[in-house]
Amino acid sequence: MREFAYFPGCSQGSSAHEYGESAVAAAEALGIGLREIPDWSCCGASSGHMTNHLLSVALPARNLAIASEMGLDVAVVCAACYNRLRGAQRELLEDEGLASKVEGMLGKDPRFRGEVLHLLDIIFREVGLEELKERVSRPLKELKPVSYYGCLMARPRGLMTEDDYENPQRMDRLLEALGAEVRGWSYKTDCCGGSLSLTRTDIVVKLVNRLFEAAEEAGADCIVTACPMCLANLEMRQAEGTLSYKAPHQLPVFFFTELIALALGLDGARKWFPKHLIDPQPLLRGAGLL
Amino acid sequence: MIHTLTPDLEREVERRSGQKARNCFQCGKCSTGCLFNFAMDILPHQVIKLVQYGQKERLLSSGTIWICASCETCTVRCPNEIEVARVIDTLRQMALEEGAVPADRKIPIFHKCFLGNIAATGRISEPVLMGSYKTLSGDLFSDIGLAVNMLAKGKIKLIPQMVKGRREVRRIFKEAAR
Repeated sequence: MREFAYFPGCSQGSSAHEYGESAVAAAEALGIGLREIPDWSCCGASSGHMTNHLLSVALPARNLAIASEMGLDVAVVCAACYNRLRGAQRELLEDEGLASKVEGMLGKDPRFRGEVLHLLDIIFREVGLEELKERVSRPLKELKPVSYYGCLMARPRGLMTEDDYENPQRMDRLLEALGAEVRGWSYKTDCCGGSLSLTRTDIVVKLVNRLFEAAEEAGADCIVTACPMCLANLEMRQAEGTLSYKAPHQLPVFFFTELIALALGLDGARKWFPKHLIDPQPLLRGAGLL
Repeated sequence: MIHTLTPDLEREVERRSGQKARNCFQCGKCSTGCLFNFAMDILPHQVIKLVQYGQKERLLSSGTIWICASCETCTVRCPNEIEVARVIDTLRQMALEEGAVPADRKIPIFHKCFLGNIAATGRISEPVLMGSYKTLSGDLFSDIGLAVNMLAKGKIKLIPQMVKGRREVRRIFKEAAR
């Protein structure tokens, strides 16, 4: 089992706890050990980098410094945390002036020389699609998902991932390996407006409903994401389209880790689905998966 | 109308963001791909032009700098490798430092509440964030039904998670504010 220093992120302890739980369960079942970074703190997310540059580097740096002491590469599940941790790591390694300033603030060395990886990439590297396919005990045959990467995961601060940032493929390939009939669409990396969800709901309702319309047009019966803000925003804001759109969309949204757990036949999977604001259970029952 | 041109803003933005706004040739790719363009008062390619022209006041009081969600579509598509979203981050930071009156007041209030929550407990607690945002913004009644629904689904944890190293976190905030 390969071990990683795991950065859970704030959402995974509250609004997206089904993401945190399913991520740990799926990883363990696939032989990936996630050791929580002790006493980790918030990465500062969008509010950090939008308002104070030094803060936006120093907040993730505290966690990177603890991860350095663990001597492991870092595993992240939240797209925003991933974006901030990777972005801060790059700046600290490239800008010695900044690194020594942050070192003074933390009293610890903030230069993290390991890798910051998203769990999706870790599964590709450590497990691979062939092995994943062999592990599937309950193929997601009747499911027709579109994969939705959102902005932060596809474009981590100008840092290219191992995937194509305009048309990423990894989540599509992973869902196919789980047996799903993945639909193609061109909205994979469009932003859902999550950071404006409370402040400019008018803008967000438009963006979210455009995504649901596009997913339905592509023939999808659900949306799969790797970002807790995307999921919360898509679930929260689609019903508000009722007034301006013909019909409210009721397309379930899943975390990719929930579907891995379901396809692997893990026991915990059932308890996460009732937690969704848009109940995915009728869809899963209809597909013979519950 | 622009009567005078000054290079000061372009220099300051370049120093702080590391981005060469002067390389922009106004192809407009950033603005056509922007998902938020319909809600902006100044489009992204115009932001870069106004940086070149030194139009600080117009930029710092614009709605655009707060509407931009930093999705970075512009950043990855710029043929001149200008990280446009980073330029906008710098303009937001300057607007706060200089006390510019924001065109959209609720968005900077949200950021303040978000960071205030981290400074206090080290991690985000959704009820603390929502409570402080609703109080400071005066937007008390929206999303109440949603909050009830989320509570019923166990999606809101009422007890905030506290980081043991809160003093370290507070020190980061204190030094970053200087």
